[in-house]
Order: sequence, then C-alpha cells, then structure tokens
Amino acid sequence: MHPANSVIFFTVFSGAGFGLLFLLGFATMADENASFLFLFVHFGIAFAMAVAGLISSTFHLGHPERAWRALTQWRSSWLSREGVLAILTLLCGGAYALLWMFFFNPIAPLGWLTAVLALLTVWATGMIYAQIKAVRLWYRLLTPVCYLLFSLAGGMLLFLMLHAAFFGEAGPFLSSVAMVMLLIAWAAKWWWWRTRGDAPLSTPGTATGLGAIGKTRLLEAPHTSDNYLMKEMGFQIGRKHADKLRLLAIGLGGVAPVVLILMARAFGGDVVWLLLAVIVHLLGMLAERWLFFAEAKHAVMAFYR
Amino acid sequence: MTSLPQSTDRKLGLVIDLDICVGCHACVVACKEWNTGGYGAPLSDQDAYGDEPVGSWLNRVHTFEVTPRAEPGAKAVAPARVVHFPKSCLHCEDAPCVTVCPTGASFKRSDDGIVLVNEDWCIGCGLCAWACPYGAREMDGAEKVMKKCTLCVDRIYNENIPEEDRVPSCVRTCPAKARHFGDLADPDSDVSQMVAERGGYDLMPEQGTKPVNKYLPPRPKQDDLAEPINLAALAEPKATGFLGWLDDALTRIG
Repeated sequence: MHPANSVIFFTVFSGAGFGLLFLLGFATMADENASFLFLFVHFGIAFAMAVAGLISSTFHLGHPERAWRALTQWRSSWLSREGVLAILTLLCGGAYALLWMFFFNPIAPLGWLTAVLALLTVWATGMIYAQIKAVRLWYRLLTPVCYLLFSLAGGMLLFLMLHAAFFGEAGPFLSSVAMVMLLIAWAAKWWWWRTRGDAPLSTPGTATGLGAIGKTRLLEAPHTSDNYLMKEMGFQIGRKHADKLRLLAIGLGGVAPVVLILMARAFGGDVVWLLLAVIVHLLGMLAERWLFFAEAKHAVMAFYR
Repeated sequence: MTSLPQSTDRKLGLVIDLDICVGCHACVVACKEWNTGGYGAPLSDQDAYGDEPVGSWLNRVHTFEVTPRAEPGAKAVAPARVVHFPKSCLHCEDAPCVTVCPTGASFKRSDDGIVLVNEDWCIGCGLCAWACPYGAREMDGAEKVMKKCTLCVDRIYNENIPEEDRVPSCVRTCPAKARHFGDLADPDSDVSQMVAERGGYDLMPEQGTKPVNKYLPPRPKQDDLAEPINLAALAEPKATGFLGWLDDALTRIG
C-alpha cells in the first residue's frame, strides 16, 4: 500500500499526543496544585501534537474543504468514528485543562473521560486499517492493539521528558514505567510481524475463478502504464529494504530510548537525554509506520500477477 | 448513510460470459465514452498523449493464460488457453467500500442494489478504494473524487432513449454478446437462468463480499476427441454420380 506522508505523520504524532493526554487525564490524582506553567506546557504539547496530526491527515484528501462531512457516518465507518472521537477528546480535554488552569478547579471525572476518549480515538485509528479485509496484513485485532500500545509508550516518554524538565530528574519509578511500556509495545509489534500470514487470501485463481480450470497468470495487463490502483495498492518500493528498516524502527523507536533513559539514570542531566529519547523514538515510529503501509499487500494485485 | 441495506428488492447486475469474450475492449471504450458525459464528473485522463498516460476507467479487460490441470487418466495435458476477463464493480451485497465511507458519499440503493458515489459529498480520502478487493474504484485525477461503475443508472431508467438502449453501455456495445444485464434476485430472469445453467460464480468468494455480478466459466475445450478430425478431407468432397464414375475411370487410367 502507498505510504502517504501526511497519514504517517498523523498516526505517529496524534498517537503520541493522545497518549500524553491519556496520562494527563489522571494528573489530578498526582498533584491537584500543579502550577499554571506545568499544565500549560503539558496540555499544550499534547494538544499541539494531536491537532498537528489531525490537520496533516486532511492534506491527503482530494477535497479537504468537505472534511466536515467525515463526521457524519460514525454509525458505520471507523474513519468517521475516529474523527468524531478526536474532536470529543479535544473538547473534553480542553474543558478539563482550561478549568484547571484558569479556574483552579481540576475536575477529576472530566480527566478520566478525556483519558478514555483519547484511548478510543487511537483504537479507532487502528481500526481504520484493521477493518480492511482486502489487506490481510492489517486485518487483525492486533493492529489496533499495536497502535494503542505505541500511543501509550510515546505519551509516557513525553511525560517522562517533561517531568525531568520541571523537576530536574525523571525518577526511578516513572523511568521504569516508560521502559516497560516501550518493551510491551515493541513486543506486541514483534508478535504482529511474526504472526503475519504471508500466503495471500486471494490468488489469481480465486480472483478470476479460473483457478477451477488450472494455473492462472496474467498474460496482458488492461493498461500500458501504472494506473491509480497500481500506485495505491501495488506499492513496491522499499520492500527489499524491509528487514533493514525493521531493525531501524526497533533500534530508534525502542532500543535507543531505553538506552537513553538508562543513561539519564546513570549520568544525570535527565532532560537532555530524555529529549533525545523522544526525538529518536518519534523517528523510529515514522519508520515503523512507513513500513506498516509499504509492506502491506492488497488483494487486488491478484489481478495483476 | 453508509450502512448497507438489509436486503434489496432487486439485484441489478451483470453476467459476463468468459467463454464468449474476445477481448476487444469495446466495452471499456463504450463505458468511458458514456460515463464521461453522464453521471457525475467526466472521467479524466492525465498525460493522455505523453509517456505515462493514466486515467480513470470504470471497466477494464485483463487477459489471462490458464494452463489446465492434468486430469487423472487423461491421455495428454490440454494446452494452455487465453481467457479475456472484463472487470468492473460487482455491486456487492456486502460491499466493504460502502461501510468504510466516512461521509455518506458511498451508498448502496435498497431498491435495485446499485452501489453509487455521491460526488458532491466525496472528500477523496480513498479509503473505499482500499476496502474494495476488486479494484473497482478509481480516484479521478482531475476531479479528486472517487469514480466507479454506476451500472449506467442514467441509461437503464432513461425513458428518453430507445428501449433497447436501456441497458448499461458496456452490455449494449458488446459485439460478441458476452455481457448481459438483468435482475439477479429474480430466479426467472435471463441472467439468473444463465447463471444456473452455466454454473456462474463469484469472484474472490473468500473476501465475503457477496458480489451480485456473476461470471460464466469458459466451456471445456474438446481436446480429448478419439480421433483428430481430418480437415483436409473436408476440403475435398467425394464426387458421386457421373463425376464419380469419371473420377474413378480417370484414376484407373492414370
């Protein structure tokens, strides 16, 4: 499948932003008297990442000016649900943050609701892909699980970095939580890679029904140059580098942040190490998300083999 | 509303006979011609006369080579054969392209089962094209909205054109009569009869889309005749009567 830059950026940045918002939903329990600056920076970063991703996601649309229509079909469409949930999360989280920041009135249940909505939004993002039966690699419950776990791990890493920025050090407990969350997310992704079925669900034989007679292969394509279907569904570039990119994704997205957290524990100067951890993690996630699209094969290509 | 109807009163669709299709692509061209001036935006082309021409088409013909499996006990393996394979939207009963649509632009009509796109609502996100396992939907490069087969909804109910023209353009134009249009929910319709007689089948049944359009398989070739037919003998008919006596006499002399 064609990896659209806007969609890769959207899923990575909105994912981390909503992950941070999830954690902030429980912040009242940690410190009800958090400073204005603390809240402003935390909520500001969470909202900025989520909103930047959402705006970016409209860039691949043919008619972005009609994007509001995508909020209407939440009863049937995961893409629509994702849009509705994202807006509900931002409204609910916005109210929660503003009441806390400007009226010193942290409403804990509003925070919990924001946290739940943030999780549901990321789940819906994963389901947009997991619902597509024609792409066998995606058509699994494990797909939204991975989206969710990466969102939480990314959010936790951001939280850890900000914690170090405000309090000088990240602390052993939060550091350990972040490392465990990264480990769980990448373990799930590893499982996702390991359990993929390489045999396509549909073959030229089932696509044409001619498999009942014998071995079927394309003799002449219906068009002389690549069409929309080939460009969107027949994306091949980079598949030969898939193994290297997978190592790069794991290295930058998982191993390097853990090493940097350990370095912060060992040498101090936490915020610098952790800022670096956030940056390499996001770079690794961009590689992971690029592979998510580029590696996926679509059933329609059975008509072209 | 992009939920699918529970059931449709009729199931209008196509039956395509792979035994008859000669791969002339007339249906492809007729489809483009009609639909570029009919329902919705024109079907545009980009770089039409350049090195990499690309455009939106609602019907395309692939050509396949099928090598029959060796039958147990058969004297010889039948030779490979060429099958021309026209492909357009199958107007699935369980159309995945409809339910993924976030805007309500994609819908399946409850009265006749036709799957359509309301182009004024389409945001061009392309998710429906991803959801369709058949590649029946193509984004228009100029209009940036999703295009698909309408089953010529602007012909089949059109009382301003002669009655014999009230079928999809591809069906009307097919010179070999390989394409047939009708109601596949009615067991007595011509198309349903054809499907029953010839063993019409679904494409990619494993995708669970329940396509309405059916394909009729190529008939088996008679490659296992006891004796090969002597075509040369057919070209030299045996003379009878006076000419026969003359033939015999001259042969004896010669």
